[in-house]
Amino acid sequence: MTLINRSVAGALLFSAAFIFLTSLSAYGVDAKLIYRTYCTQCHGLDGSGKGVNTESMSVQPRDHTDPKGMSAISDAQLRKAIAKGGLSVSKSVLMPPWGATFNDEELDALVSYLRELCKCSE
Amino acid sequence: MVFIRYMTARLVLPALFCVLLTSGPAYSEGPLDEGMGLLNNKCADCHDLKGPAAATLEDFLSRKGPDLFYAGVKYRKEWLSQWLVSPKRIRPAGFRYSENIKRVSGEDDMVDLGALKPHMALSREMAKLAAATLMSFKANEELVKKNALTDAPADAFMGELNFDKFSGCLACHEIEPEYGGVSGPEVYTISERLQPDFIYSYLKSPQSFDPKTFMPDKELSENFLQILTKFMLTLEEDEEDDEGEGE
Repeated sequence: MTLINRSVAGALLFSAAFIFLTSLSAYGVDAKLIYRTYCTQCHGLDGSGKGVNTESMSVQPRDHTDPKGMSAISDAQLRKAIAKGGLSVSKSVLMPPWGATFNDEELDALVSYLRELCKCSE
Repeated sequence: MVFIRYMTARLVLPALFCVLLTSGPAYSEGPLDEGMGLLNNKCADCHDLKGPAAATLEDFLSRKGPDLFYAGVKYRKEWLSQWLVSPKRIRPAGFRYSENIKRVSGEDDMVDLGALKPHMALSREMAKLAAATLMSFKANEELVKKNALTDAPADAFMGELNFDKFSGCLACHEIEPEYGGVSGPEVYTISERLQPDFIYSYLKSPQSFDPKTFMPDKELSENFLQILTKFMLTLEEDEEDDEGEGE
């Protein structure tokens, strides 16, 4: 029994360490800080699309906290919109391409962060 | 002969010594050394004078003012020396907009005016020296295309259409006071502030100058680069608005 307990505990510990390490490699970047630095100017401090720049924008930025609207967009589409801009997914030119700014890891982390904001999945 | 020796010892040598003292070894290597002393003393706490640009987001966010190590390929000298005497805010939401905005329940986020810090002012003499010294900072010269603009005249209609609709620059930049986005620098004073070749080259690849900048690379075509740069250079500030100071 003790042996079984030890094995289970060992396996759990190993799994926890594995999950921690893999999440670090994927999300070692601080997606929240990236969002705050680059995205809030249009999408707002709370992600609701009410950014400080929106007053003069002809098309309003997407509300990232809207579970219904956000769940209709796949992770791949979100990633493409960030990297290549709104036009690449038939949306507004006001969403610029950030491909020269973010690397692959940062793009993945941002997509995951958007899912946190909307509390939804694709 | 004795009199001459006496005069040399009592008058000429002390006078020569005084001249050496007042001219001073600190200024003997030219005014740029004096200017460097001024910049190190007054500017280095907030501006990077040596480069390179920030390579990480944390480093980028730790900078309190624009990098100045390539000031000589970016700014216009006359504007620098005038602005430093009476600094006027160029970015409505400050240098790092994300640190100067606040939430307003149910409304758009707002610039937190209380969070904005004014830029220090220099005396006319100090500003002139600072500007002359900054103009000697020629890093990134290889990134600036010489004589980038063609002879084709600016097209105001196409320029504004491009700026507003096709390229979406208006989202972040004011095209006139209080019209346009506030997170980026105003563009209606750009012709006074920046060198045309720099504007063109920065629009072409902002990340070449500052990898972490929140100005995105819009992947502009040569035609758009020409239209946008020329259009911005035709804009002028409305003299009515000259309030405020700072970065």
